[in-house]
Amino acid sequence: MLSEIAFYGALETGLIYGLVAFGIYISFRVLDFPDLTVDGSFPLGAAVAAVLIMGGWNPWLATGMAIIAGMAAGAVTALLNVKLKILNLLASILTMIALYSVNLRIMGRPNVALLGEETVLTPWYELGLKFHQVPVLLFMVVAVVVLVLLWRFMKSETGLAMRATGANPRMARAQGIATGSMIVLGVALSNGLVGLAGALFAQSQGAADVTMGVGVIVIGLASLIGGEAVLTPSTVVRALIACIIGAIVYRLAIAFALNADALGLKAQDLNLITAVLVTLAIVLPGVRTKIAHRLTRKQA
Amino acid sequence: MISATDLQLTFGKGTPLENPALRGMSLTVNQGEFVTVIGSNGAGKSTFLNALAGEVLVDSGKIVVDNQDVTRLPTHKRANRVARVFQDPLAGTCENLSIEENLALAIKRGQSRGLTSAVKKQYMKQFRDSLSSLNLGLENRLGDKMGLLSGGQRQAVSLLMASLTPSSILLLDEHTAALDPKTARFVLELTEHIIATQQLTALMVTHSMKQALEVGSRTVMLHQGQVVFDISGKERDGLEVKDLLGLFEKQRGLQVDDDSLLLG
Repeated sequence: MLSEIAFYGALETGLIYGLVAFGIYISFRVLDFPDLTVDGSFPLGAAVAAVLIMGGWNPWLATGMAIIAGMAAGAVTALLNVKLKILNLLASILTMIALYSVNLRIMGRPNVALLGEETVLTPWYELGLKFHQVPVLLFMVVAVVVLVLLWRFMKSETGLAMRATGANPRMARAQGIATGSMIVLGVALSNGLVGLAGALFAQSQGAADVTMGVGVIVIGLASLIGGEAVLTPSTVVRALIACIIGAIVYRLAIAFALNADALGLKAQDLNLITAVLVTLAIVLPGVRTKIAHRLTRKQA
Repeated sequence: MISATDLQLTFGKGTPLENPALRGMSLTVNQGEFVTVIGSNGAGKSTFLNALAGEVLVDSGKIVVDNQDVTRLPTHKRANRVARVFQDPLAGTCENLSIEENLALAIKRGQSRGLTSAVKKQYMKQFRDSLSSLNLGLENRLGDKMGLLSGGQRQAVSLLMASLTPSSILLLDEHTAALDPKTARFVLELTEHIIATQQLTALMVTHSMKQALEVGSRTVMLHQGQVVFDISGKERDGLEVKDLLGLFEKQRGLQVDDDSLLLG
Protein backbone atom coordinates (compact mmCIF):
# COMPACT_ATOMS: atom_id res chain seq x y z
CA MET A 1 0.00 0.00 0.00
CA LEU A 2 0.86 3.62 -0.42
CA SER A 3 2.50 5.42 2.48
CA GLU A 4 1.08 8.77 3.56
CA ILE A 5 4.16 10.58 2.25
CA ALA A 6 3.95 8.84 -1.12
CA PHE A 7 0.23 9.69 -1.30
CA TYR A 8 0.79 13.39 -0.64
CA GLY A 9 3.75 13.34 -3.00
CA ALA A 10 1.51 11.99 -5.75
CA LEU A 11 -1.08 14.71 -5.03
CA GLU A 12 1.62 17.39 -5.09
CA THR A 13 3.07 16.42 -8.47
CA GLY A 14 -0.44 15.63 -9.73
CA LEU A 15 -1.54 19.20 -9.06
CA ILE A 16 1.54 20.56 -10.84
CA TYR A 17 0.94 18.33 -13.85
CA GLY A 18 -2.69 19.48 -13.71
CA LEU A 19 -1.37 22.93 -14.66
CA VAL A 20 0.54 21.32 -17.54
CA ALA A 21 -2.69 19.54 -18.55
CA PHE A 22 -4.50 22.93 -18.60
CA GLY A 23 -1.86 24.16 -21.02
CA ILE A 24 -2.15 21.07 -23.19
CA TYR A 25 -5.94 21.38 -23.10
CA ILE A 26 -5.62 24.88 -24.59
CA SER A 27 -3.20 23.86 -27.34
CA PHE A 28 -4.43 20.35 -28.25
CA ARG A 29 -8.13 20.67 -27.55
CA VAL A 30 -9.13 24.33 -27.82
CA LEU A 31 -6.81 25.32 -30.67
CA ASP A 32 -6.24 21.88 -32.23
CA PHE A 33 -2.55 22.77 -32.26
CA PRO A 34 -0.30 19.81 -31.35
CA ASP A 35 2.34 21.65 -29.35
CA LEU A 36 5.46 19.91 -28.04
CA THR A 37 7.06 23.16 -26.84
CA VAL A 38 6.08 22.15 -23.30
CA ASP A 39 9.07 19.78 -23.01
CA GLY A 40 11.19 22.93 -23.24
CA SER A 41 8.97 25.48 -21.53
CA PHE A 42 8.60 23.34 -18.38
CA PRO A 43 12.35 23.40 -17.60
CA LEU A 44 12.43 26.99 -18.89
CA GLY A 45 9.99 28.02 -16.15
CA ALA A 46 12.01 26.04 -13.63
CA ALA A 47 15.30 27.58 -14.78
CA VAL A 48 14.03 31.17 -14.77
CA ALA A 49 12.44 30.82 -11.34
CA ALA A 50 15.47 29.05 -9.83
CA VAL A 51 18.03 31.51 -11.18
CA LEU A 52 15.99 34.54 -10.11
CA ILE A 53 15.40 33.10 -6.63
CA MET A 54 19.14 32.45 -6.33
CA GLY A 55 19.63 36.07 -7.39
CA GLY A 56 17.55 37.22 -4.43
CA TRP A 57 14.22 37.83 -6.15
CA ASN A 58 10.93 37.45 -4.35
CA PRO A 59 9.84 33.86 -5.19
CA TRP A 60 6.38 34.93 -6.41
CA LEU A 61 7.93 37.55 -8.71
CA ALA A 62 10.38 34.92 -9.93
CA THR A 63 7.43 32.59 -10.61
CA GLY A 64 5.70 35.40 -12.50
CA MET A 65 8.79 35.83 -14.66
CA ALA A 66 8.74 32.06 -15.33
CA ILE A 67 5.18 32.44 -16.63
CA ILE A 68 6.25 35.29 -18.93
CA ALA A 69 9.23 33.26 -20.18
CA GLY A 70 6.93 30.32 -20.93
CA MET A 71 4.53 32.61 -22.79
CA ALA A 72 7.41 33.98 -24.87
CA ALA A 73 8.45 30.43 -25.81
CA GLY A 74 4.88 29.60 -26.81
CA ALA A 75 4.62 32.79 -28.84
CA VAL A 76 7.79 31.82 -30.75
CA THR A 77 6.28 28.43 -31.67
CA ALA A 78 3.00 30.02 -32.74
CA LEU A 79 4.72 32.73 -34.79
CA LEU A 80 6.87 30.12 -36.57
CA ASN A 81 3.61 28.46 -37.56
CA VAL A 82 1.44 31.52 -38.28
CA LYS A 83 3.98 33.86 -39.90
CA LEU A 84 6.51 31.48 -41.44
CA LYS A 85 3.94 28.76 -42.25
CA ILE A 86 5.98 25.99 -40.62
CA LEU A 87 3.85 22.94 -39.74
CA ASN A 88 2.64 23.39 -36.14
CA LEU A 89 4.17 20.16 -34.82
CA LEU A 90 7.52 20.90 -36.45
CA ALA A 91 7.48 24.52 -35.24
CA SER A 92 7.02 23.30 -31.66
CA ILE A 93 9.86 20.77 -32.01
CA LEU A 94 12.17 23.53 -33.24
CA THR A 95 11.35 25.71 -30.24
CA MET A 96 11.70 22.76 -27.88
CA ILE A 97 15.18 21.95 -29.21
CA ALA A 98 16.22 25.60 -29.08
CA LEU A 99 15.00 25.88 -25.50
CA TYR A 100 17.45 23.18 -24.40
CA SER A 101 20.30 25.56 -25.23
CA VAL A 102 18.43 28.55 -23.86
CA ASN A 103 17.82 26.75 -20.55
CA LEU A 104 21.50 25.82 -20.24
CA ARG A 105 22.39 29.46 -20.92
CA ILE A 106 19.92 30.75 -18.34
CA MET A 107 21.25 28.45 -15.61
CA GLY A 108 24.88 28.59 -16.75
CA ARG A 109 25.12 24.89 -15.85
CA PRO A 110 22.91 21.77 -16.16
CA ASN A 111 21.17 22.31 -12.82
CA VAL A 112 20.58 24.81 -10.06
CA ALA A 113 19.85 23.70 -6.49
CA LEU A 114 17.46 25.74 -4.37
CA LEU A 115 18.30 24.16 -1.01
CA GLY A 116 17.87 26.61 1.84
CA GLU A 117 16.51 29.36 -0.43
CA GLU A 118 13.23 31.09 0.24
CA THR A 119 10.56 29.73 -2.14
CA VAL A 120 6.83 30.30 -2.49
CA LEU A 121 6.43 27.41 -0.06
CA THR A 122 8.62 28.77 2.75
CA PRO A 123 6.07 31.00 4.58
CA TRP A 124 3.50 28.17 4.67
CA TYR A 125 5.74 25.82 6.60
CA GLU A 126 5.35 28.12 9.62
CA LEU A 127 1.59 27.46 9.79
CA GLY A 128 2.14 24.24 11.74
CA LEU A 129 0.98 21.84 9.04
CA LYS A 130 2.70 18.59 8.35
CA PHE A 131 5.76 19.04 6.16
CA HIS A 132 4.40 17.05 3.21
CA GLN A 133 0.94 18.66 3.32
CA VAL A 134 2.12 22.22 2.68
CA PRO A 135 2.87 21.93 -1.06
CA VAL A 136 -0.38 20.04 -1.65
CA LEU A 137 -2.46 22.80 -0.05
CA LEU A 138 -0.64 25.66 -1.77
CA PHE A 139 -0.71 23.99 -5.19
CA MET A 140 -4.36 23.15 -4.75
CA VAL A 141 -5.09 26.84 -4.18
CA VAL A 142 -3.02 27.75 -7.25
CA ALA A 143 -4.75 25.11 -9.38
CA VAL A 144 -8.24 26.24 -8.34
CA VAL A 145 -7.41 29.93 -8.97
CA VAL A 146 -6.00 29.09 -12.42
CA LEU A 147 -9.01 26.87 -13.18
CA VAL A 148 -11.50 29.64 -12.34
CA LEU A 149 -9.53 32.23 -14.34
CA LEU A 150 -9.26 29.93 -17.36
CA TRP A 151 -12.94 29.05 -17.17
CA ARG A 152 -13.91 32.75 -17.09
CA PHE A 153 -11.55 33.42 -19.97
CA MET A 154 -12.96 30.63 -22.13
CA LYS A 155 -16.45 32.08 -21.58
CA SER A 156 -15.33 35.61 -22.53
CA GLU A 157 -15.61 37.15 -25.98
CA THR A 158 -11.92 36.58 -26.65
CA GLY A 159 -12.02 33.05 -25.23
CA LEU A 160 -15.00 32.17 -27.38
CA ALA A 161 -13.15 33.56 -30.41
CA MET A 162 -10.21 31.30 -29.51
CA ARG A 163 -12.47 28.25 -29.27
CA ALA A 164 -14.00 29.09 -32.65
CA THR A 165 -10.50 29.47 -34.13
CA GLY A 166 -9.63 25.91 -33.17
CA ALA A 167 -13.01 24.40 -34.06
CA ASN A 168 -13.72 26.12 -37.39
CA PRO A 169 -11.06 28.59 -38.59
CA ARG A 170 -12.90 29.53 -41.79
CA MET A 171 -16.02 30.41 -39.87
CA ALA A 172 -13.93 32.27 -37.30
CA ARG A 173 -12.33 34.42 -40.00
CA ALA A 174 -15.72 35.15 -41.53
CA GLN A 175 -16.83 36.41 -38.11
CA GLY A 176 -13.92 38.84 -38.09
CA ILE A 177 -11.65 36.85 -35.78
CA ALA A 178 -7.92 37.25 -36.46
CA THR A 179 -7.21 33.53 -36.22
CA GLY A 180 -3.42 33.98 -36.38
CA SER A 181 -3.44 36.26 -33.34
CA MET A 182 -5.70 33.84 -31.50
CA ILE A 183 -3.23 31.00 -32.11
CA VAL A 184 -0.34 33.13 -30.83
CA LEU A 185 -2.33 34.16 -27.75
CA GLY A 186 -3.51 30.63 -27.04
CA VAL A 187 -0.18 28.86 -27.45
CA ALA A 188 1.51 31.59 -25.37
CA LEU A 189 -1.10 31.17 -22.64
CA SER A 190 -0.65 27.40 -22.76
CA ASN A 191 3.12 27.59 -22.35
CA GLY A 192 2.79 30.29 -19.70
CA LEU A 193 0.88 27.76 -17.61
CA VAL A 194 3.54 25.13 -18.28
CA GLY A 195 6.20 27.66 -17.25
CA LEU A 196 4.27 28.19 -14.02
CA ALA A 197 4.17 24.44 -13.47
CA GLY A 198 7.94 24.21 -14.05
CA ALA A 199 8.61 27.04 -11.60
CA LEU A 200 6.48 25.42 -8.88
CA PHE A 201 8.02 22.01 -9.56
CA ALA A 202 11.56 23.39 -9.15
CA GLN A 203 10.60 25.06 -5.89
CA SER A 204 8.93 22.01 -4.42
CA GLN A 205 11.72 19.65 -5.55
CA GLY A 206 14.46 22.05 -4.53
CA ALA A 207 16.22 22.16 -7.89
CA ALA A 208 15.90 23.01 -11.56
CA ASP A 209 17.44 20.63 -14.05
CA VAL A 210 17.81 20.98 -17.79
CA THR A 211 16.52 17.42 -18.34
CA MET A 212 13.42 17.75 -16.16
CA GLY A 213 11.27 18.53 -19.20
CA VAL A 214 11.76 15.19 -20.92
CA GLY A 215 8.39 13.54 -21.40
CA VAL A 216 6.34 16.35 -19.84
CA ILE A 217 4.20 16.41 -22.99
CA VAL A 218 3.37 12.71 -22.57
CA ILE A 219 2.53 13.13 -18.89
CA GLY A 220 0.36 16.15 -19.69
CA LEU A 221 -1.40 14.29 -22.48
CA ALA A 222 -1.86 11.26 -20.23
CA SER A 223 -3.49 13.53 -17.66
CA LEU A 224 -5.69 15.22 -20.25
CA ILE A 225 -6.84 11.99 -21.92
CA GLY A 226 -7.16 10.13 -18.62
CA GLY A 227 -9.24 12.96 -17.18
CA GLU A 228 -11.48 12.96 -20.24
CA ALA A 229 -11.97 9.21 -19.82
CA VAL A 230 -13.09 9.70 -16.21
CA LEU A 231 -15.19 12.84 -16.70
CA THR A 232 -16.79 13.43 -20.12
CA PRO A 233 -15.65 16.94 -21.07
CA SER A 234 -18.99 18.21 -22.41
CA THR A 235 -18.44 21.73 -21.07
CA VAL A 236 -15.35 23.90 -20.55
CA VAL A 237 -15.51 23.68 -16.78
CA ARG A 238 -15.83 19.89 -16.86
CA ALA A 239 -12.87 19.68 -19.27
CA LEU A 240 -10.75 21.81 -16.92
CA ILE A 241 -11.74 19.78 -13.84
CA ALA A 242 -10.94 16.65 -15.85
CA CYS A 243 -7.39 17.96 -16.41
CA ILE A 244 -6.75 18.17 -12.66
CA ILE A 245 -8.47 14.87 -11.87
CA GLY A 246 -6.62 13.17 -14.71
CA ALA A 247 -3.25 14.43 -13.51
CA ILE A 248 -3.87 13.34 -9.92
CA VAL A 249 -5.23 9.94 -10.95
CA TYR A 250 -2.23 9.48 -13.22
CA ARG A 251 0.27 10.26 -10.44
CA LEU A 252 -1.60 8.02 -7.99
CA ALA A 253 -1.65 5.18 -10.51
CA ILE A 254 2.09 5.55 -11.03
CA ALA A 255 2.70 5.65 -7.27
CA PHE A 256 0.60 2.52 -6.75
CA ALA A 257 2.32 0.71 -9.59
CA LEU A 258 5.75 1.51 -8.21
CA ASN A 259 4.79 0.74 -4.61
CA ALA A 260 3.09 -2.56 -5.28
CA ASP A 261 5.90 -5.01 -4.62
CA ALA A 262 3.90 -7.85 -6.13
CA LEU A 263 4.17 -6.24 -9.56
CA GLY A 264 7.93 -6.04 -9.25
CA LEU A 265 8.10 -2.67 -11.00
CA LYS A 266 10.96 -0.27 -10.40
CA ALA A 267 11.42 3.47 -10.88
CA GLN A 268 13.12 2.92 -14.22
CA ASP A 269 9.86 1.40 -15.54
CA LEU A 270 8.11 4.79 -15.22
CA ASN A 271 8.04 5.62 -18.92
CA LEU A 272 6.82 2.16 -19.83
CA ILE A 273 3.99 2.43 -17.30
CA THR A 274 3.15 5.87 -18.67
CA ALA A 275 2.90 4.54 -22.20
CA VAL A 276 0.64 1.68 -21.05
CA LEU A 277 -1.59 4.04 -19.06
CA VAL A 278 -1.94 6.47 -21.98
CA THR A 279 -2.80 3.62 -24.32
CA LEU A 280 -5.45 2.38 -21.88
CA ALA A 281 -6.86 5.89 -21.47
CA ILE A 282 -7.17 6.27 -25.23
CA VAL A 283 -8.64 2.83 -25.88
CA LEU A 284 -10.97 2.36 -22.91
CA PRO A 285 -13.57 5.08 -23.69
CA GLY A 286 -14.00 3.53 -27.16
CA VAL A 287 -14.51 0.09 -25.63
CA ARG A 288 -17.04 1.58 -23.22
CA THR A 289 -19.17 3.08 -26.00
CA LYS A 290 -18.91 -0.17 -27.98
CA ILE A 291 -20.23 -2.15 -25.03
CA ALA A 292 -22.99 0.42 -24.49
CA HIS A 293 -23.93 0.13 -28.18
CA ARG A 294 -24.11 -3.64 -27.97
CA LEU A 295 -26.29 -3.49 -24.88
CA THR A 296 -28.76 -1.04 -26.42
CA ARG A 297 -28.91 -3.12 -29.60
CA LYS A 298 -29.79 -6.22 -27.57
CA GLN A 299 -32.54 -4.35 -25.80
CA ALA A 300 -33.96 -3.06 -29.08
CA MET B 1 -22.51 49.40 -52.56
CA ILE B 2 -19.77 47.09 -53.69
CA SER B 3 -17.78 47.20 -56.86
CA ALA B 4 -15.26 44.81 -58.28
CA THR B 5 -13.18 46.09 -61.17
CA ASP B 6 -11.14 43.99 -63.57
CA LEU B 7 -10.31 41.22 -61.11
CA GLN B 8 -7.60 38.84 -62.26
CA LEU B 9 -6.65 35.73 -60.36
CA THR B 10 -4.67 32.70 -61.49
CA PHE B 11 -4.18 29.67 -59.26
CA GLY B 12 -0.90 27.77 -59.45
CA LYS B 13 0.83 30.39 -61.54
CA GLY B 14 3.92 29.09 -63.36
CA THR B 15 3.02 25.44 -62.75
CA PRO B 16 1.60 22.88 -65.18
CA LEU B 17 -1.67 23.18 -63.25
CA GLU B 18 -1.98 26.90 -63.91
CA ASN B 19 -5.64 27.79 -63.73
CA PRO B 20 -6.94 31.27 -64.50
CA ALA B 21 -10.05 31.56 -62.31
CA LEU B 22 -10.89 35.24 -62.73
CA ARG B 23 -10.10 36.98 -66.03
CA GLY B 24 -11.10 40.58 -65.83
CA MET B 25 -14.18 40.09 -63.72
CA SER B 26 -16.10 43.32 -63.06
CA LEU B 27 -19.39 43.78 -61.24
CA THR B 28 -21.07 46.59 -59.32
CA VAL B 29 -23.85 45.80 -56.88
CA ASN B 30 -25.96 48.70 -55.65
CA GLN B 31 -27.41 49.17 -52.20
CA GLY B 32 -30.45 46.95 -51.66
CA GLU B 33 -29.91 44.78 -54.73
CA PHE B 34 -30.31 41.01 -54.53
CA VAL B 35 -28.14 39.52 -57.27
CA THR B 36 -28.18 35.85 -58.23
CA VAL B 37 -25.02 34.49 -59.82
CA ILE B 38 -24.98 31.45 -62.11
CA GLY B 39 -22.35 29.74 -64.20
CA SER B 40 -21.09 26.27 -64.96
CA ASN B 41 -18.41 24.48 -62.97
CA GLY B 42 -15.15 26.39 -63.10
CA ALA B 43 -16.81 29.61 -64.23
CA GLY B 44 -15.32 31.39 -61.23
CA LYS B 45 -18.44 31.79 -59.07
CA SER B 46 -16.94 30.53 -55.83
CA THR B 47 -13.59 32.18 -56.51
CA PHE B 48 -15.37 35.49 -57.05
CA LEU B 49 -17.19 35.11 -53.73
CA ASN B 50 -13.97 34.10 -51.99
CA ALA B 51 -12.26 37.16 -53.49
CA LEU B 52 -15.02 39.43 -52.19
CA ALA B 53 -14.83 37.82 -48.74
CA GLY B 54 -11.03 38.01 -48.62
CA GLU B 55 -10.38 34.26 -48.44
CA VAL B 56 -8.28 34.65 -51.61
CA LEU B 57 -6.49 37.83 -52.62
CA VAL B 58 -6.69 38.80 -56.30
CA ASP B 59 -3.57 39.22 -58.46
CA SER B 60 -4.83 42.52 -59.81
CA GLY B 61 -7.97 44.60 -59.92
CA LYS B 62 -9.82 46.49 -57.24
CA ILE B 63 -12.59 45.67 -54.77
CA VAL B 64 -14.39 48.57 -53.11
CA VAL B 65 -17.00 48.09 -50.41
CA ASP B 66 -18.85 51.21 -49.27
CA ASN B 67 -16.14 53.50 -50.64
CA GLN B 68 -13.37 51.63 -48.85
CA ASP B 69 -10.75 49.82 -50.90
CA VAL B 70 -10.60 46.34 -49.35
CA THR B 71 -8.58 44.67 -52.15
CA ARG B 72 -5.60 43.78 -49.93
CA LEU B 73 -7.46 43.21 -46.66
CA PRO B 74 -7.65 39.67 -45.19
CA THR B 75 -11.04 38.09 -44.41
CA HIS B 76 -11.23 39.09 -40.77
CA LYS B 77 -10.67 42.77 -41.57
CA ARG B 78 -13.55 42.76 -44.04
CA ALA B 79 -15.92 40.91 -41.75
CA ASN B 80 -17.50 44.12 -40.43
CA ARG B 81 -18.81 44.75 -43.98
CA VAL B 82 -19.10 41.27 -45.45
CA ALA B 83 -21.40 38.58 -44.04
CA ARG B 84 -21.32 35.09 -45.43
CA VAL B 85 -23.18 31.77 -45.53
CA PHE B 86 -21.26 28.77 -46.83
CA GLN B 87 -22.43 25.89 -49.01
CA ASP B 88 -21.53 23.29 -46.40
CA PRO B 89 -24.07 23.53 -43.55
CA LEU B 90 -21.32 22.45 -41.14
CA ALA B 91 -18.99 25.27 -42.21
CA GLY B 92 -20.93 28.27 -40.98
CA THR B 93 -21.23 27.25 -37.34
CA CYS B 94 -19.14 25.56 -34.64
CA GLU B 95 -20.65 22.23 -33.68
CA ASN B 96 -18.92 22.05 -30.30
CA LEU B 97 -20.31 25.40 -29.22
CA SER B 98 -23.87 25.94 -28.09
CA ILE B 99 -26.45 27.76 -30.23
CA GLU B 100 -26.20 30.84 -28.02
CA GLU B 101 -22.39 30.80 -28.20
CA ASN B 102 -22.52 30.65 -32.00
CA LEU B 103 -24.94 33.58 -32.05
CA ALA B 104 -22.73 35.46 -29.58
CA LEU B 105 -19.79 34.99 -31.95
CA ALA B 106 -21.85 36.40 -34.81
CA ILE B 107 -23.24 39.38 -32.93
CA LYS B 108 -19.66 40.68 -32.56
CA ARG B 109 -18.76 40.08 -36.21
CA GLY B 110 -16.10 42.52 -37.27
CA GLN B 111 -15.94 44.19 -33.86
CA SER B 112 -13.24 44.01 -31.23
CA ARG B 113 -13.66 41.30 -28.62
CA GLY B 114 -12.82 41.87 -24.97
CA LEU B 115 -12.75 39.89 -21.76
CA THR B 116 -16.35 40.40 -20.74
CA SER B 117 -18.66 37.40 -20.81
CA ALA B 118 -19.46 36.45 -24.43
CA VAL B 119 -23.06 35.32 -23.93
CA LYS B 120 -24.63 38.40 -22.35
CA LYS B 121 -28.09 38.64 -20.81
CA GLN B 122 -28.98 41.64 -22.97
CA TYR B 123 -28.56 39.53 -26.13
CA MET B 124 -31.04 36.89 -25.02
CA LYS B 125 -34.21 38.63 -26.17
CA GLN B 126 -32.76 39.29 -29.62
CA PHE B 127 -31.50 35.67 -29.86
CA ARG B 128 -34.88 34.24 -28.82
CA ASP B 129 -36.86 36.56 -31.10
CA SER B 130 -34.78 35.83 -34.17
CA LEU B 131 -34.71 32.07 -33.50
CA SER B 132 -38.47 31.93 -32.95
CA SER B 133 -38.95 33.50 -36.40
CA LEU B 134 -37.60 30.23 -37.80
CA ASN B 135 -40.47 28.24 -36.27
CA LEU B 136 -38.09 25.39 -35.48
CA GLY B 137 -38.43 25.60 -31.72
CA LEU B 138 -34.76 26.52 -31.41
CA GLU B 139 -35.57 29.47 -29.13
CA ASN B 140 -35.98 26.95 -26.32
CA ARG B 141 -32.72 25.15 -27.10
CA LEU B 142 -30.23 28.01 -26.77
CA GLY B 143 -27.90 25.94 -24.60
CA ASP B 144 -27.86 22.93 -26.94
CA LYS B 145 -24.72 22.09 -28.89
CA MET B 146 -24.87 23.17 -32.54
CA GLY B 147 -23.83 19.63 -33.53
CA LEU B 148 -27.23 18.32 -32.36
CA LEU B 149 -29.01 20.25 -35.12
CA SER B 150 -29.76 18.95 -38.61
CA GLY B 151 -28.06 20.39 -41.68
CA GLY B 152 -31.10 22.47 -42.57
CA GLN B 153 -31.43 23.81 -39.05
CA ARG B 154 -27.75 24.69 -38.98
CA GLN B 155 -28.01 26.47 -42.31
CA ALA B 156 -31.02 28.44 -41.04
CA VAL B 157 -29.03 29.46 -37.96
CA SER B 158 -26.07 30.40 -40.20
CA LEU B 159 -28.39 32.73 -42.08
CA LEU B 160 -29.59 34.29 -38.85
CA MET B 161 -26.00 34.72 -37.72
CA ALA B 162 -25.13 36.48 -40.96
CA SER B 163 -28.01 38.91 -40.49
CA LEU B 164 -27.59 39.53 -36.76
CA THR B 165 -25.43 42.60 -37.34
CA PRO B 166 -25.59 45.02 -40.29
CA SER B 167 -23.38 44.32 -43.28
CA SER B 168 -22.72 46.01 -46.62
CA ILE B 169 -23.11 42.74 -48.46
CA LEU B 170 -24.37 39.26 -47.71
CA LEU B 171 -22.60 36.51 -49.66
CA LEU B 172 -24.50 33.25 -50.14
CA ASP B 173 -22.44 30.48 -51.70
CA GLU B 174 -24.85 27.82 -53.01
CA HIS B 175 -26.15 27.71 -49.48
CA THR B 176 -29.10 25.45 -50.31
CA ALA B 177 -27.19 23.02 -52.56
CA ALA B 178 -26.31 20.51 -49.83
CA LEU B 179 -29.85 20.29 -48.45
CA ASP B 180 -32.76 18.02 -49.36
CA PRO B 181 -35.38 19.70 -51.64
CA LYS B 182 -37.88 20.48 -48.90
CA THR B 183 -35.28 21.92 -46.54
CA ALA B 184 -33.68 23.80 -49.43
CA ARG B 185 -37.01 25.47 -50.16
CA PHE B 186 -37.41 26.41 -46.51
CA VAL B 187 -33.91 27.93 -46.35
CA LEU B 188 -34.45 29.77 -49.63
CA GLU B 189 -37.74 31.26 -48.43
CA LEU B 190 -36.06 32.25 -45.21
CA THR B 191 -33.28 33.89 -47.23
CA GLU B 192 -35.76 35.92 -49.25
CA HIS B 193 -37.63 36.91 -46.11
CA ILE B 194 -34.51 38.07 -44.25
CA ILE B 195 -33.16 39.96 -47.25
CA ALA B 196 -36.52 41.66 -47.85
CA THR B 197 -37.26 42.63 -44.25
CA GLN B 198 -33.75 43.85 -43.46
CA GLN B 199 -33.30 45.37 -46.94
CA LEU B 200 -29.94 43.65 -47.33
CA THR B 201 -27.64 43.84 -50.30
CA ALA B 202 -26.96 40.25 -51.30
CA LEU B 203 -25.07 38.14 -53.78
CA MET B 204 -26.28 34.56 -54.10
CA VAL B 205 -24.39 31.95 -56.09
CA THR B 206 -26.62 29.15 -57.26
CA HIS B 207 -26.28 26.12 -59.44
CA SER B 208 -29.88 26.27 -60.58
CA MET B 209 -30.93 28.58 -63.42
CA LYS B 210 -34.53 28.27 -62.28
CA GLN B 211 -33.67 29.44 -58.79
CA ALA B 212 -31.53 32.23 -60.19
CA LEU B 213 -34.50 33.67 -62.06
CA GLU B 214 -37.10 33.05 -59.34
CA VAL B 215 -35.42 34.95 -56.54
CA GLY B 216 -33.62 38.27 -56.39
CA SER B 217 -33.83 41.34 -58.56
CA ARG B 218 -30.91 40.79 -60.92
CA THR B 219 -29.12 37.81 -62.47
CA VAL B 220 -25.51 37.62 -63.53
CA MET B 221 -23.96 34.76 -65.47
CA LEU B 222 -20.26 34.03 -65.25
CA HIS B 223 -18.21 32.14 -67.78
CA GLN B 224 -14.45 31.62 -67.79
CA GLY B 225 -13.89 34.18 -65.06
CA GLN B 226 -15.93 36.96 -66.60
CA VAL B 227 -19.48 38.28 -66.56
CA VAL B 228 -21.10 37.15 -69.82
CA PHE B 229 -24.44 38.71 -69.18
CA ASP B 230 -26.20 40.76 -66.57
CA ILE B 231 -29.96 41.21 -66.63
CA SER B 232 -32.37 42.96 -64.31
CA GLY B 233 -35.71 44.77 -64.24
CA LYS B 234 -38.23 44.35 -67.07
CA GLU B 235 -35.77 42.47 -69.22
CA ARG B 236 -35.51 39.79 -66.52
CA ASP B 237 -39.20 39.49 -65.65
CA GLY B 238 -40.87 36.55 -67.32
CA LEU B 239 -37.57 35.12 -68.48
CA GLU B 240 -37.36 31.35 -68.44
CA VAL B 241 -34.50 28.92 -68.25
CA LYS B 242 -34.57 28.26 -72.00
CA ASP B 243 -34.42 32.03 -72.71
CA LEU B 244 -31.42 32.23 -70.42
CA LEU B 245 -29.74 29.43 -72.34
CA GLY B 246 -30.49 31.13 -75.61
CA LEU B 247 -29.03 34.33 -74.28
CA PHE B 248 -25.92 32.52 -73.22
CA GLU B 249 -25.43 30.77 -76.55
CA LYS B 250 -26.02 34.00 -78.45
CA GLN B 251 -23.50 35.86 -76.32
CA ARG B 252 -20.83 33.26 -76.52
CA GLY B 253 -21.60 31.15 -79.49
CA LEU B 254 -21.31 28.24 -77.09
CA GLN B 255 -23.37 25.28 -76.03
CA VAL B 256 -24.02 24.87 -72.35
CA ASP B 257 -22.57 21.47 -71.62
CA ASP B 258 -23.14 21.37 -67.91
CA ASP B 259 -26.24 19.27 -67.35
CA SER B 260 -26.61 20.25 -63.74
CA LEU B 261 -27.29 23.84 -64.81
CA LEU B 262 -30.23 22.68 -66.91
CA LEU B 263 -31.57 20.07 -64.54
CA GLY B 264 -31.25 22.05 -61.32
